[in-house]
Amino acid sequence: MTTPAPTRANPDRSDRTDLDAAARETTLAACARLKDSPGALLPILHAIQDALSYVPGAAVPLIARELNLSRAEVHGVLSFYHYFRTEKPGRRVLRICRAEACQSVGAAALEAHAKRRLGVDYHGTTADGAITLEAVYCLGNCALGPSVMIDDSIEGRVDAQRFDEIVARARSAR
Amino acid sequence: MSAATIVYVPADASAVAVGADVVAAAIHAEAARRGAPVRIVRNGSRGLLWLEPLVEADTPAGRIAYGPLTPGDVPGLFDAGFLGGGAHRLCLGPTAQIPYLKQQERLTFARVGLTDPLDLDAYRAHGGFRGLDTALDLEPAGIVERVTASGLRGRGGAAFPAGIKWKTALDAAADQKYVVCNADEGDSGTFSDRMLMEGDPYALIEGMTIAGLAVGATRGTIYLRFEYPHARRALERAIETARERGYLGENLRGTGRRFDLDLRIGAGAYICGEETSLLESLEGKRGQVRFKPPLPAISGLFGKPTVINNVITLASVPIILDRGAEYYRDFGLGRSRGTLPIQLTGNIRHGGLVEKAFGTTLRELLYDFGGGSRSGRPIRAVQVGGPLGAYLPESQFDTKIDYEAFAAIGGMLGHGGIVVFDDTVDMAAQARYAMEFCAIESCGKCTPCRIGSTRGVEVIDRLRAGEDPAKQEALLRDLCDTMIDGSLCALGGLTPYPVRSALNHFPEDFRKPAAARRRG
Repeated sequence: MTTPAPTRANPDRSDRTDLDAAARETTLAACARLKDSPGALLPILHAIQDALSYVPGAAVPLIARELNLSRAEVHGVLSFYHYFRTEKPGRRVLRICRAEACQSVGAAALEAHAKRRLGVDYHGTTADGAITLEAVYCLGNCALGPSVMIDDSIEGRVDAQRFDEIVARARSAR
Repeated sequence: MSAATIVYVPADASAVAVGADVVAAAIHAEAARRGAPVRIVRNGSRGLLWLEPLVEADTPAGRIAYGPLTPGDVPGLFDAGFLGGGAHRLCLGPTAQIPYLKQQERLTFARVGLTDPLDLDAYRAHGGFRGLDTALDLEPAGIVERVTASGLRGRGGAAFPAGIKWKTALDAAADQKYVVCNADEGDSGTFSDRMLMEGDPYALIEGMTIAGLAVGATRGTIYLRFEYPHARRALERAIETARERGYLGENLRGTGRRFDLDLRIGAGAYICGEETSLLESLEGKRGQVRFKPPLPAISGLFGKPTVINNVITLASVPIILDRGAEYYRDFGLGRSRGTLPIQLTGNIRHGGLVEKAFGTTLRELLYDFGGGSRSGRPIRAVQVGGPLGAYLPESQFDTKIDYEAFAAIGGMLGHGGIVVFDDTVDMAAQARYAMEFCAIESCGKCTPCRIGSTRGVEVIDRLRAGEDPAKQEALLRDLCDTMIDGSLCALGGLTPYPVRSALNHFPEDFRKPAAARRRG
C-alpha cells in the first residue's frame, strides 16, 4: 500500500477545494437541489456528470460536506459505478458493447478495429480530444448487433465500415 | 380532401439503431414533396427486429407492413402506392398476418407496436387501465389473491411467485411501503423490458399502481439503467402525462387513493439488477448485495416493506386484473403459467421478440421463428438466461421453455433471452468471458465471487495454454463448486453455469492449442 500524500487538515470540514468556480457552483447547485430527496447521492453525481461530463475528484469533499457524509463514502460510491468518471472525457463518448449477443456477431473484431482506428484502449481519449472509448455490457439491441453507443444514441449492425462512418460523423459534428 | 394516411414508423431504440429516424424523415420529406397527406405516428416496435425499420401504412384493408427500409427506398414506395397498400418488393403484407407475429400469444406485449406509446387515450382505447379500474374496486387482499391465482412468477429471472411476494409485503405493518420496479435489464440477449418501457410505458405504470394498491404502498420507484436513454425519455413523459390525467398522484381516478412514481437512473453496474443491491443503490450507496433475510418484502428500501419486481412481471399484472387470473393461468404448463416474452438474439437470422405461452421448444424458437443462424452456418451453442445462463448444445434444443425443464438440465430460463452462436464460436473463450465478466461486475462483498472470478480467468488461461490440463480442469471444477456453494448472490453463484456447461458440452474447445482453435 502506498501512503497517501498529506492533505489539508480535516478536509471534510474545509470549504476550500481545487474546483474552479463554475464546477464548484455546479456541484453546490446539484447538492442544494437534490440533497433532501431520499438516497440523493446517485442523482447528485448524475447531475454533476450531466453538467460537467465528469465528476471532478475535487468535488468529493464538497459533496461529502453538503450531504453530511464522509469523503470515503462519497468516493466509495463514485468509484463503484462504471458510468461515473473523475477525468474529463473527449467531446463524445463512444461505447462498444462487449456482451455475449454482440460477441456472437463479431464484437471482438469490432473492438480490435476500434482500438486500432482510434489509437486508444478502453477509457482512453483520442489525441485530438474528440472521442473517449469505453466498453459497455449490453445496450438492449441484442438482435441487431454489434452495437455501439455514441453519447445518447445507439447504432446497430456496426461493422468496421459503419464504425468509421460513425467516428467521422462524431468528429465533424462538434 | 381525403384524410391523411397514417404511417407508422417505430421509435424503438433498436429500430432507430438501424435507421428508423432517417426513414421517418425521408417519408415526411417525400410526402411533402408530392403533396401526399400523411401523418407519421412513431409507434413501438412490433418486435420483428430483423425487418426494422418496419413501416406500416394504415390502409382501408388494414395495416400493411414494409421493411426493412432505407431512406433510398422511400420514393419507390410512394411510386408503388404504399399509402394504399400497393405492391412493392419490400411489402410484407398485412402486419397481423406475418407468421412470426401471428403465431405468438401476446398478452403482456399485446399493445406494443400498435400505437404512439405516449398517447394515453390510445392506451385506454386498447384496453389500458381496465386492470386498474378493477383493482380500485377490490380490497388489497383480493388483488393479491388474483395475482397469486394467476401463477405469475417473477420474470426478471428468479421466477419467484409474485403473489407470495406481494402477500408478504401486504402482511407487513409499516407507516410506509414501497413498490420498486427493477428495470436494470443488464443480461446480454435481453431487451423485453426496454421494448415494453418504450412501447407501452403506461402498462408498467398501471402495473406498479396496482401493486401499490395491493400492498398498501403509496410510493414507487423505477430503477432504470443508463444504457436505455430512449426508455428514459418515454418513461419521463408517460409518468408526467399519467400524473396530469389522474392516473398517478394524490387522488387516483377520483377515488382518494394515492400512488406516485419516480424514475431513478443507474450508473453502469450489472450487480444492481440483483434486488438487494438495487435497493442499496436507490439509497445512494455502493450497489453491494445485502444478506437475506430479511426479505425486501419485510425490510426493503430504507428498511420499509418493499415489493420489488421486474418490468415484465409488473406489466403483466394489468391484464391479469382485467381478464382474470384464470385467463392468464390457462396459458403455459406445469408451474410455468402464462406467457414469456422471449428474445431471439445474437447470431440469428430472424432476431426479435416472441411472446409465447410456456411450452414451446428451444428448437421451434431457433428454427421456426428464428430461421437459423444469421451467418448461415450451423448453430453450435445457445446461451439462455443471460451471462449467468448455461450454454446448451444442439442435443438439448428440444427442451421446453419452462422454468423446471431448464433447471432439470442445469440451465435457467432467466429473463427469457436466447443468444445464438454458430460453429465459429470458441467455447473456451466464452467460458473465460463468463469469469471475466463476473470479475468486472462483482460487488466485492463475498470472497468466492470477488476472488474466485479472477482465479477462474487465470485457471482457464492455463487450461487453454495446455499447462497440465487435467489438473487445471479439476481445479476449475472445484472453483466452480466453491462459487456455487459459497457466493452470496446469483452473480458468483451462477457464473459457474456457463463455465461448467461449456466444459461439459464442448470439452474439445479447451484442449486445442491456441493456433488451431480458430475454426471457419
